[in-house]
Amino acid sequence: MEAAFSIVVGALFAVSVYLLLSGSLIRLLLGIFVLGNATHLLIFVAGRLMRNAPPLIPDGLKVADTVIANPLPQALILTAIVISFSLFSFLLVLAYRAYQSLDTVNTDEMRDAEPMPVPTILRGSDV
Amino acid sequence: MFENAGWLVVWPVLIPILGAALAAAAWGSERAQSTIGVAGLGAQLVASIALFTHVWNHGVVAMSMGGWQAPFGIALAADTLGAGLTLVGSFVGLIVALHGIGTTDTAHRRAGFFPLLLALMAGVAGAFLTSDIFNLYVWFEVTLISSFGLIVLGGRREQIDGAVKYAFLNLIATTLLLIAIGLLYGLTGTLNMADLSEKVASLPRDSTLETVALLFLVSLGMKAALFPLYFWLPAAYHTPLPTVSAIFAALLTKVGVYALIRVFALVFPENGDMARDAMIWVAVATMVLGALGALAEQDIRRFVSFTVVSGVGVMVGGLAIGTEKAFLGTVFYFVHSIMISAALFIAAGMIAQAGKATRIEELAGLYKRAPFLAVAFLIVGLSLAGVPPLAGFWPKVYLVQAGLDAGSAVLVAGILLSGFLTLVAVGRAFSLIFWRAGEDETPIPDAGALAKGSLGGFAVMTLVIGLYAAPVVEMSSRSAGELLSPDAYIKTVLGKTALGSPSAARAEDVPTAALSGLKEETR
Repeated sequence: MEAAFSIVVGALFAVSVYLLLSGSLIRLLLGIFVLGNATHLLIFVAGRLMRNAPPLIPDGLKVADTVIANPLPQALILTAIVISFSLFSFLLVLAYRAYQSLDTVNTDEMRDAEPMPVPTILRGSDV
Repeated sequence: MFENAGWLVVWPVLIPILGAALAAAAWGSERAQSTIGVAGLGAQLVASIALFTHVWNHGVVAMSMGGWQAPFGIALAADTLGAGLTLVGSFVGLIVALHGIGTTDTAHRRAGFFPLLLALMAGVAGAFLTSDIFNLYVWFEVTLISSFGLIVLGGRREQIDGAVKYAFLNLIATTLLLIAIGLLYGLTGTLNMADLSEKVASLPRDSTLETVALLFLVSLGMKAALFPLYFWLPAAYHTPLPTVSAIFAALLTKVGVYALIRVFALVFPENGDMARDAMIWVAVATMVLGALGALAEQDIRRFVSFTVVSGVGVMVGGLAIGTEKAFLGTVFYFVHSIMISAALFIAAGMIAQAGKATRIEELAGLYKRAPFLAVAFLIVGLSLAGVPPLAGFWPKVYLVQAGLDAGSAVLVAGILLSGFLTLVAVGRAFSLIFWRAGEDETPIPDAGALAKGSLGGFAVMTLVIGLYAAPVVEMSSRSAGELLSPDAYIKTVLGKTALGSPSAARAEDVPTAALSGLKEETR
């Protein structure tokens, strides 16, 4: 079970790296999205997969009396999903805005912040 | 509720969160937002002073959230390093907020400058004070989302361009951090850094652990702007408002460096050899290439960005050596760098405003037209290069000594070379911008008391710390001692001394076997 999941996680990471190496903002967005989901699954597998009882502790006990599934990875993933969802929606808006104001989604053409340097030579007389 | 010392750790985080919520509720009223912003950051500074005083007199303070004892619950904890950096950070935050009042316009404040600044400061304080590594990731994301809002304030074309690169690369970095955390949890079954410190030490030193340590180096190195992952920083930091650049340079890369120090000093003090070997070379490459970048740069604000990169290299160099003297130098440099990076971006903003240009070759003759700015820039720039008697000199002395003691020629050479290159770069910028005769000699309208005051304040601070370095040396020396022998931190966080609320679930009440990963979520 864990081996199969590990392969799935690895495949998702490969897909996301492939997308992230692209020069198009849209593919980058998809890459970030897949990367986030791959990470969530990775945490899930790292917390061990078990088909045990749900993590509920009976009344009157401080600790469960049987082996229970590990609830912590699920809590971590929930937190991470909420965070990555909000950041991803920001990125979507940012990418749309970048398309509107820069008129391109090609990262190689986005050079407003770093214009190609124009070589200039300061002569001694200028200084 | 206030008699418990543990609350002192909570206030520096809680106050700016409450402030951000209040300021957001006052949306549309600029006056109220500015008042809440400055009052909130002032209150955070007071809380940080109270926390630091307590930690200084009584040692490490910890508080378990929701009364769930660490390692099952999330604990906030402050040692000298965490409390000291929170103090310096909130001081700089307050100054930057005052600078923001003087330099932002209505549109920026309408778009939420103060709520975002408060949220950013909450994230920074949370990252400095948490002892839970997943919680650290959450604070990173808090700083990230507020910094996204801050970087696009104003919405000029180059800002959007810079924001795209900043947002994508930083999001990838935090996702890599999350992967590292997930794998570390898989190995140890815990997320509390004090608990991790004990568990990781007992793990076999195999390739899995090495990989996790390297992943931490890559992800945090990306956030801290280490070679070869720093290219996003000079692509983005010069685009937002000068106030925003100042707070980013002062605190955001520093949070990455702080996390590197925490992870490698506390969690992997013995393991992670590959990451440690790589670190020294990465650090030296960062400091030298950052300084070279500054030397070659034509844009005054990108020049400052490269000096920030170079400073990150110096701090990580000390961490890579890892002796007491090296940590002393690193912590001192940390304090110095927080202030100097903010000051340089404020100065660069004033230069750009005064000369109506950002390219160094288009700026000239500002000495005659803005003498205050010239003197303040020179002081701050020389401190950056490490010229005595300014504050930047002392940490480099300690780091060079530590490098010599450890026989690390590459670190010594790197620090001296990067210091020399930075001095040349600062000298070049100063003579071209200020000393070169310009055609226009009309006096420049005053930049405003708040802008001048914040820059002047930093210049005076760096001079005062340089002349009277003993308090910072003592604070850094104590931090270094605590980083090398973290027993007090581990004991306090894990509740082996009586702190936290009385109803806390005691760790010894529960059989550990059944609870290898059971941990209450209080988020």
